[in-house]
Amino acid sequence: MQKIKTVLGTCAAMALTAGVAMAGPAEDKLILNEEIEMVTVTTAPDHMSDAMDTIYSGWHFRGVETRAMQSDDFDNPGMIAVEQAEDAWNTVDGSEGKSCASCHDGSDSMAGVKPVYPKWSEAAGEVRTLEHQINDCRENRMGAEKWKYTGGTMQGMVALIASVSRGMPVNVAIDGPAQSMWEQGKELYYTRTGQLELSCANCHEDNYGMMIRADHLSQGQINGFPVYRLKNTKLNSVHARFKGCVRDTRAETYKPGGQEFIALELYVTSRGNGLSVEGPSIRN
Amino acid sequence: MQFTRRDALAVGAGAALVAGLPIRAMAMGDEYIEAFTGGAEVGEGGITLTAPEIAENGNTVPIEVSAEGATEIMVLALGNPVPPVATFKFGPLAASQDAKTRIRLAKTQDVVAIAKMDDGTFAKASASIKVTIGGCGG
Amino acid sequence: MAKGVKPRVKVPKTAQAGGTITIKTLISHKMESGQRKDKEGNIIPRSIINRFTCDFNGQNVIDVTLEPAISTNPFIEFEATVPEAGDFAFTWYDDDGSVYEESKSIAIA
Repeated sequence: MQKIKTVLGTCAAMALTAGVAMAGPAEDKLILNEEIEMVTVTTAPDHMSDAMDTIYSGWHFRGVETRAMQSDDFDNPGMIAVEQAEDAWNTVDGSEGKSCASCHDGSDSMAGVKPVYPKWSEAAGEVRTLEHQINDCRENRMGAEKWKYTGGTMQGMVALIASVSRGMPVNVAIDGPAQSMWEQGKELYYTRTGQLELSCANCHEDNYGMMIRADHLSQGQINGFPVYRLKNTKLNSVHARFKGCVRDTRAETYKPGGQEFIALELYVTSRGNGLSVEGPSIRN
Repeated sequence: MQFTRRDALAVGAGAALVAGLPIRAMAMGDEYIEAFTGGAEVGEGGITLTAPEIAENGNTVPIEVSAEGATEIMVLALGNPVPPVATFKFGPLAASQDAKTRIRLAKTQDVVAIAKMDDGTFAKASASIKVTIGGCGG
Repeated sequence: MAKGVKPRVKVPKTAQAGGTITIKTLISHKMESGQRKDKEGNIIPRSIINRFTCDFNGQNVIDVTLEPAISTNPFIEFEATVPEAGDFAFTWYDDDGSVYEESKSIAIA
């Protein structure tokens, strides 16, 4: 077993050092719909200043065509899901005869919400993601069925709520009642998992900008979620992405929507404090 | 000169390329090209096919075809299980014979665009597109 | 009718008489290629948008034959001449016989 581990470890190390030639994020500026100037590069937040000086949106690590596709709402296929979620926003569902709009008016009233999630909920006494908050509304205010955490309907709604905050800086609170959850997330971020024994940091902090096989490693920022991936041509949730990464280290993964991933989402989001909300963004 | 195992492999691969692949690729494309041209000669020039040299993902590859004076442009992906991709027919109100779309490529391959010009001649352009695999999951 | 199909088009509201405009179209559609298999190993039948047309005041702008190699959510961009004020008609034809239509008016500036 030890031998196999070593071989796999060597493969991982080779993969991580193979493509130094194309290092570095692309120099480019993201202007949304020729209107909103997005912050895709900025100074790293204080809490991680010992790890890196500058943070980059994953947008900088994608090819020129993919970057262009995200700069126009018509070209961005993720906006189809946003339009469908807009219909859902205004549609009454559940036993209470309410839609989202019954309490919140237009979806643009959600501007400023995405930048601060995940967030401590005083009422619930826990840190919640936007998905949990949406399902709480559905169950307890609307009397409607919960949506599947990583499903298309849920992620469309998250994308709609994110879309009205595009251009606003990510700004999650990491102190106060959220602090212990944030610490847990930080610990997970630096914990090596799986047969490949890789932590989030091994790829996204130590080796961003390098090539992992044919892929350009980003800093693993999640300011662009939900993400429309060219690979599966649908919106992908933060937790599904985490699950994919943990699985790729050849580990048993945590459950989407569960405490571990909530903690990790809070921590990883905080590593992007200062970058613009981009969701729905486009990645490969 | 030493003849190493690596050289042998390289020669072998080269031979396979010469012997096998082009013939198969030609056969794949030819059938569709002939149906489009009716066997007429296909020239070069007068048509452009713009595509990324390296596609980030084969599922969504942006391409653009342009051929001034064309009535139709057919696009083939020679390495796909089914080569035809699309045929653009330009009507009287087309301001240019230019179109963009997004296509699927099963693997690294050549994409070919053939224009039928309004004088009845045909022109061809091709692009070699590398389709990459992902980092971990593939 | 395939589920969740929604056509979108982007056309400027005005143009110069005889001028050129760029039109972008996108329709949400899974474009099932007929090449994929389900979990049991059975081929998932092909189900695609196989044709797209754009006409202006009854005259054709573009007529596209689409094959399974067109990506999910087919995107097509092209240029049209606008001789006078009028209506663009966009039509998508689905393998299952459904026809999706959208129209946009344009004025002369």
